[in-house]
Amino acid sequence: MSALAPAAPALHPAASAEPRAASFLTGTLVLSRRSLLHSFRDPESVLMAVLLPVMMMLIFVYVLGGAMSVGDGAPSHGEYLAYVLPAIALTSAGFGASFTAVVVSNDMTTGLIDRLRTMPFPAVTVLLGHTVASLVRNLLATVVVVLVALAVGYRTDAPLLSLLGAFGLIALWILVITVVFATLGMLAGSAEAASGYGFILLFLPYLSSGYAPVETMPGWLRAFAEHQPMTPLIDAARALMDGQAAGADALVSVVWCTGLITIALVVAGYVFPRRTSR
Amino acid sequence: MTAPPPLLEIRGLRKSYGTRPVLDGLDLVLPPGIHALLGPNGAGKTTLIKILSTLLPHDGGTVRVLGLDPRRDRRRLQGLLSLTGQFAAVDGALTCTENLEMIGRLFGLPGSLARTRAAEQLERFELTRARSTRAATLSGGMRRKLDIAAGLLSRPRLVILDEPTTGLDTRSRQVLWEEIRGLAAEGTSVLLTTQYLEEADALAEQVHVLDRGRIVAGGTTQELKALVGGAVVRILDQDGAVLEELATTGTAPDLAARLAEAAHRFPTATASIHRPTLDDVFLHLTEAGPSADPDGAATAPSVAPVRV
Ligand SMILES: Nc1ncnc2c1ncn2[C@@H]1O[C@H](COP(=O)(O)OP(=O)(O)O)[C@@H](O)[C@H]1O
Ligand SMILES: [Mg+2]
Repeated sequence: MSALAPAAPALHPAASAEPRAASFLTGTLVLSRRSLLHSFRDPESVLMAVLLPVMMMLIFVYVLGGAMSVGDGAPSHGEYLAYVLPAIALTSAGFGASFTAVVVSNDMTTGLIDRLRTMPFPAVTVLLGHTVASLVRNLLATVVVVLVALAVGYRTDAPLLSLLGAFGLIALWILVITVVFATLGMLAGSAEAASGYGFILLFLPYLSSGYAPVETMPGWLRAFAEHQPMTPLIDAARALMDGQAAGADALVSVVWCTGLITIALVVAGYVFPRRTSR
Repeated sequence: MTAPPPLLEIRGLRKSYGTRPVLDGLDLVLPPGIHALLGPNGAGKTTLIKILSTLLPHDGGTVRVLGLDPRRDRRRLQGLLSLTGQFAAVDGALTCTENLEMIGRLFGLPGSLARTRAAEQLERFELTRARSTRAATLSGGMRRKLDIAAGLLSRPRLVILDEPTTGLDTRSRQVLWEEIRGLAAEGTSVLLTTQYLEEADALAEQVHVLDRGRIVAGGTTQELKALVGGAVVRILDQDGAVLEELATTGTAPDLAARLAEAAHRFPTATASIHRPTLDDVFLHLTEAGPSADPDGAATAPSVAPVRV
C-alpha cells in the first residue's frame, strides 16, 4: 500500500493571513440592506402592507363612521376618522410585521442560515437586518395612511411635540410586533405556520378601544380589552394626536412594550443559536 | 519548525439527537488534501460536517480542525473554513453579484475587495453573463455553482462541501470537479461528502466510508477496491452475452490460469476482466459488512483496519 500522507501542499498565499471578521455594525448594515432589497423586490407584499390599511381605514370611516357616535355629539365621519386613525396605524403595523415572521422562517429553513452561522461575524445580525427592514416598511405604510387620512379630511391642531410622541409610540409598537413576529418565525416549523400564528395577533387591535369605546362592550370582552397592550397604546396615541396629555396610558404602553420585547428577545436568544436547518 | 497540524484530528467523537446516537465513537485523522466521506443516506455525514464547521456542538470526544477546537476556537476556525451545505445557501431575491458581495462583506472584506472577488468568482464559474440575474431564477446547476463560488470567496484553508453535486447534470458536475481539483492545486484542502462513488473516485486522494456513525473503512480508492478482493473474468459469446463469470484473486498467475481454462472450454468466446468498482466496495462495507448486523455484535471479516 502506498504511503498515505502526501507532502503538505503549500498554503494558499492569501489563506495564511490572519482571518478577518465583520463587525456587528457591518453585519447589521449589510444584512439590513439585504432585507430591504427583499422587501422592495417583492412589490406585492409592499403594496399589501400599504394598501390594506388604507382600504381598511376608508371602509371603517365611510361604512361605520356615519353610525358611530364616539364624541359628545351626533355620529360624524370626520370624528370617527380621528378616532380610528391610531388603531389603523397599529393594525397596519401588525400586517407589515407579519411579513417578518415569514422571511425569518424562510431563512431558518433554508441553507443560507447555516452558511452565515459558520462565518466569523455575529449571525444574529440576520434578525436585526429583518427588523430594520420591517421598521422601514411599516413606517412607510404609516406615513401613507396618514397622508390618505389628511386627503380625506383629517385635521388636528395638536402641537408638533405631541404628534411626534404619538408617532414614537406607534414606532415602538412596530418594533415590538416585529421582534415578536421574528421570534414566531424562528419557532414555527414553516413559513406557512409562521404566518398562521401571526394571524392571531392581528386580531388584537379589534379587541381594544381602537374601533369602539370599551364601555360599549359586554363585560368579559371589556375586561380583556382594558388589560391588553393595544388599549393604553391607542388611548395614549389618540390623546396625543388630539393635543392632550397622554398621562398614565403612555407609561403603561411603554411598560407593556418593554415587557413584550424582553420576553421575545429572551426566547429568540434561546432558540436562535439552536436552530439549524434540517 | 513544528509540523503543521493535521487537517482533521477526531477521536472518539460522539453525538446524539435526543437519545439516538448518530455519531458513535468516530475516529478520523486526515492530512491536508482532498478527502471524500462516503456514506449512505442517514449515515451521519451532515452531522459530522456540522460539528466540524462549528454549527453543532458535539457530545463527547475530541475534535480538531486545522488544529483548532470548533467550540473553543470558534471564531478563529470560522475565518479559516467555509461550508457549502447540502441545501443551496444563496439568497434567491438577490442577484449573483449581490449574493457574492454580501458574503465577502460578511467575511470582513472591505467593499471594493468584496466587489473584485465577486467578479473574479463569477468569471471563474462562468457566471459572468448571469451576474445581474436573481439567484431564484437560475438553473439548479448554476445556483449550485454560485453557492460554491460563495464558499470560495474568502479563500479558505479548508473548503467543506456537503454533497456538492447531488441533483446536478453531468456537465455541471464535471465543471465542479475541475474547480475542486483546481483548489487542491492551490493548496486548499477539501472535505466533501458524497453518495456517488464515482465522485469520490474522481476527486479524492483518500476516501473514508461512514456508516452508522463510525468510519468503517478508509484509504485510497485502490486500497478500498482491494478490500473486496480479486477481479472477475467475464466470458462473452460473439453477441456480447455473458456466458460465465469466473472469480479470481486478481493476481496475474491466477488470471492466466482462469483464462487458459476458459479458452479451452469456449474456444470462440471473448473475455474481459473486471476490477471491482467502488460501488461493490460500498455495498460490501455498508450492507454485507459488519455494520449491517442489527445487533451491532459484529465481527469484521474482510474490512481492513481504518487508516488514521
Ligand atoms: N436535527 C436532528 N434531529 C434529530 N435527528 C436528526 C437530526 N439531524 C439528523 N438526524 C438524524 O441523524 C441521522 C444522520 O443524519 P445525517 O447526519 O443528516 O446523515 P447523512 O448526511 O449521512 O444523510 C439520520 O438518521 C437523521 O434522521
Ligand atoms: Mg446529509
